Amino acid sequence: MELIPFYFLAALGVIAALGVVMLRNPVYSALCLAVVFVSLAGLYVLLSAPFLAAAQVMIYAGAILILFVFVIMLLSPGSDPLKEELKWQRPLAVIFGVALVAQLALVIALAVLPPTRGPFTPELIAQIGSTQAVGASLFTDFLLPFEITSLLLLVAIVGVIVLAKKRQ
Amino acid sequence: MDLDPIVVTLIEALIKTIVVIIALLTAFAYLTLVERYVIAKIQSRIGPNRVGAIGGIALLQPIADAIKMIFKEDFWPAQADKIIYTIAPGIAVGTALLAWAVMPLHPSTEIFGYHIDFYIADVNIAVLYLLAIGSLGIYGIVLGGWGSNNKYSMLGALRSTAQMISYEISLGLALVGVLMLSGSLSLVDIVEKQSFIWNVVWQPLGFIIYFIAAVAEVNRLPFDLPEAETELVAGYQTEYSSLKFALFYMAEYINMLTVSAIASTMFLGGYQGPFGILPGVHWLILKIMFFIFVMMWMRGTLPRFRYDQLMGFGWKVLLPLALANIFVTAIVMVIFK
Repeated sequence: MELIPFYFLAALGVIAALGVVMLRNPVYSALCLAVVFVSLAGLYVLLSAPFLAAAQVMIYAGAILILFVFVIMLLSPGSDPLKEELKWQRPLAVIFGVALVAQLALVIALAVLPPTRGPFTPELIAQIGSTQAVGASLFTDFLLPFEITSLLLLVAIVGVIVLAKKRQ
Repeated sequence: MDLDPIVVTLIEALIKTIVVIIALLTAFAYLTLVERYVIAKIQSRIGPNRVGAIGGIALLQPIADAIKMIFKEDFWPAQADKIIYTIAPGIAVGTALLAWAVMPLHPSTEIFGYHIDFYIADVNIAVLYLLAIGSLGIYGIVLGGWGSNNKYSMLGALRSTAQMISYEISLGLALVGVLMLSGSLSLVDIVEKQSFIWNVVWQPLGFIIYFIAAVAEVNRLPFDLPEAETELVAGYQTEYSSLKFALFYMAEYINMLTVSAIASTMFLGGYQGPFGILPGVHWLILKIMFFIFVMMWMRGTLPRFRYDQLMGFGWKVLLPLALANIFVTAIVMVIFK
């Protein structure tokens, strides 16, 4: 029963991901990316991680991608497809793509990363709640990485303000 | 007859969804009438009083409006992006309706020996779900504005993006105080915990911040810059006509209902009456109508913000206040634990 929504979401995600790279119109690509984010959120729900799903939609589809669309709309107001300006991009992309597929195949074939079960089983998460589980681990076991990430974001914000002030 | 429990759950959810959608669409139709009537009274006019009038109120006006809207020409601007121009109103209405999936409408009851919960889903992330769906609502406006290939539409869409992203943060942070008090993200739990005293007693500042940010989120006056008539014709909906325009209108009214319902549920106890008197859906409807009336009242009396004032107010007043509210709530909770 759980497989039906999985296949549906997986197919939707893959098709939309293909759309992101293959469509010529940047706004269409951005929309496809939104579909990828939402179907990924659906997969998180199936994996009993509803908090991640909500955060995924809220942050990626609702905030970051909207800013992408904002920039795309400001830079190309018409619906003209973009011209290819970086000629060397295509061969480089092929090389990196092949390398990535080879790496993935190698990892799967050699089983370098065996599936492990962490302390949070679906039963435990259903008992304490997905949000509570994420919050508790962020503020106990992973406090240092969490704080370093927020520091990085702070540095980025300061950088943006410096750049914006310089232009005036 | 024995049915698979999954099938029963699916059928139950389907019936509830259809009932909620029909109720929302009817509410939308009559809200347009209420708004026209209230604004007319505020401006000392008579208001709609012809079509099927009973006691001076035109009760069949929404039906007449709908018929007129259907027979209008469905206009396609030259050079518009056909696909995006068409799906934008659909996205706007779809995201507006989706929010109601987690709204608890009435206490659970037994009817004919069958247990019925009056919500479509009770998920432990309901509040985050509402915020996530709310943040997707911007797409309808942005795509509508961009797809129309019109300068005014485009400016309206850009304004709405900036405005909604700015006020979304204060909106979310205003709800955090309630979440800290309730210790749950499920709307059903949050409502159940307010059976005697409503959250607004403990969170008055959060309530005010939420309401202001919510009015900005639904683009109503005094925050209606995305469709400011005097500067932008009609903003992102300039090129829309006929049913597509009606869909945008529908989305705006359903969003008003949604933010009112969230405010009622989070701060005013949802279907709970004051001091536990007669809980039921009638309280929720009363509270929603109160918020809707306040929004119409604001439209009738307040002038529009200037754009820089809008941004300054959102980032320099609402956001620090919302953060201070969380800070004070946390300190008080630790002291009185």
